[in-house]
Amino acid sequence: MGMKGILRVVPKEEYLLPGNPSCPGCPASLGLRYLLKALGGKAILVIPASCTSIIVGPYPFSSLRVPVLNIAFAAAASTAAGISEALKVKGKEGIQVVVWAGDGGTADIGLQALSGAAERNSDILYVCYDNEAYMNTGIQRSSLTPYGAWTTTTPKGKVEEKKNLPMIVAEHKVPYVATASVGYPIDLILKVRKAIKYRGFKYIHLHAPCPYGWRFPANKTVEVAKLAVKTGIWVLYEIENGKFRLTSLSSSLIDPSKRLPVNKYLKLQGRFKHLSEEDISRIQERVNTMWDELMRLVKES
Amino acid sequence: MRVITPIAKPKEGSAGLTGKWRIFKPVINYSKCNNCGLCWLYCPEAAITLDGKNVPKIVYEYCKGCGICANECPVRAIDLIKEE
Repeated sequence: MGMKGILRVVPKEEYLLPGNPSCPGCPASLGLRYLLKALGGKAILVIPASCTSIIVGPYPFSSLRVPVLNIAFAAAASTAAGISEALKVKGKEGIQVVVWAGDGGTADIGLQALSGAAERNSDILYVCYDNEAYMNTGIQRSSLTPYGAWTTTTPKGKVEEKKNLPMIVAEHKVPYVATASVGYPIDLILKVRKAIKYRGFKYIHLHAPCPYGWRFPANKTVEVAKLAVKTGIWVLYEIENGKFRLTSLSSSLIDPSKRLPVNKYLKLQGRFKHLSEEDISRIQERVNTMWDELMRLVKES
Repeated sequence: MRVITPIAKPKEGSAGLTGKWRIFKPVINYSKCNNCGLCWLYCPEAAITLDGKNVPKIVYEYCKGCGICANECPVRAIDLIKEE
């Protein structure tokens, strides 16, 4: 799209400051950088225990140019809902309260607070950056770790499937739910801007490939993120007031022949290197079935 | 009574000069660079800045050398050189 096209969507202003403690090639850094650009820095971040608790910086310094509240694992969504109510009482407009939580803080430990805030339709934006395991504590599996993936607690590969969290949140009938990927920043930024136009509960599920935890070189973060979308393993979509729509590259992948074979994505990552041919064809089959279901959603909307 | 609240202040280099972590140094070959902006867009560290003419410049004090810029550059204008 070229420099002009990029700058039309992505502001030059930076809110994530360089020299922070994130690992080289960190997807959380990428996601935070895009999120805060999209919000123009007009946000209060609530961050439960996660890698980002480290990235925001060692006291007395912060690496973010927005207020951040570090909070206990289970409490992110309820805390954000409280801050949002407080801002309303104080008559402060135009400041978005945002939860920025990992997959563990969202799908496992934070799920009840998330579900509660969604059901009450609290006026917050919840962003889950999904690196598919507990990376900060040493790569333990979460309910968002995909089938077959190695982690330190699934040494032979996970035997269960990945929880379909965005659809679970969508079933709360909230105004806006979307998926995104750090490999597609323009799509992510447009979704954030669209989300904050709604009053009520907004949810964005951000796919975030982690070089350290997924065992691929740090220079491949964006490449792996893009391959997840190109193979159809990760799907970019949004659900606005119940209306489902595929976005960005995913909207051109309904025809199965347009999708790359899943192995192109899997073989780049050390966490999948033990997979047998049988495992790989099982993953491929799951992806095909998932797309059949997505087709149905596209037709219904 | 004075209440002391632990509030951290924003600062570049909150973890120090993270450029010291680098093993490979990305160097932009400006004769090849076509100013597409992708290295700037995909830098996780915000360690690539754009000047007034939107020419990318790497901030070596903080660049951790992940190499995403070189990997994503469509015209291969960024070389990774091993640090001494």
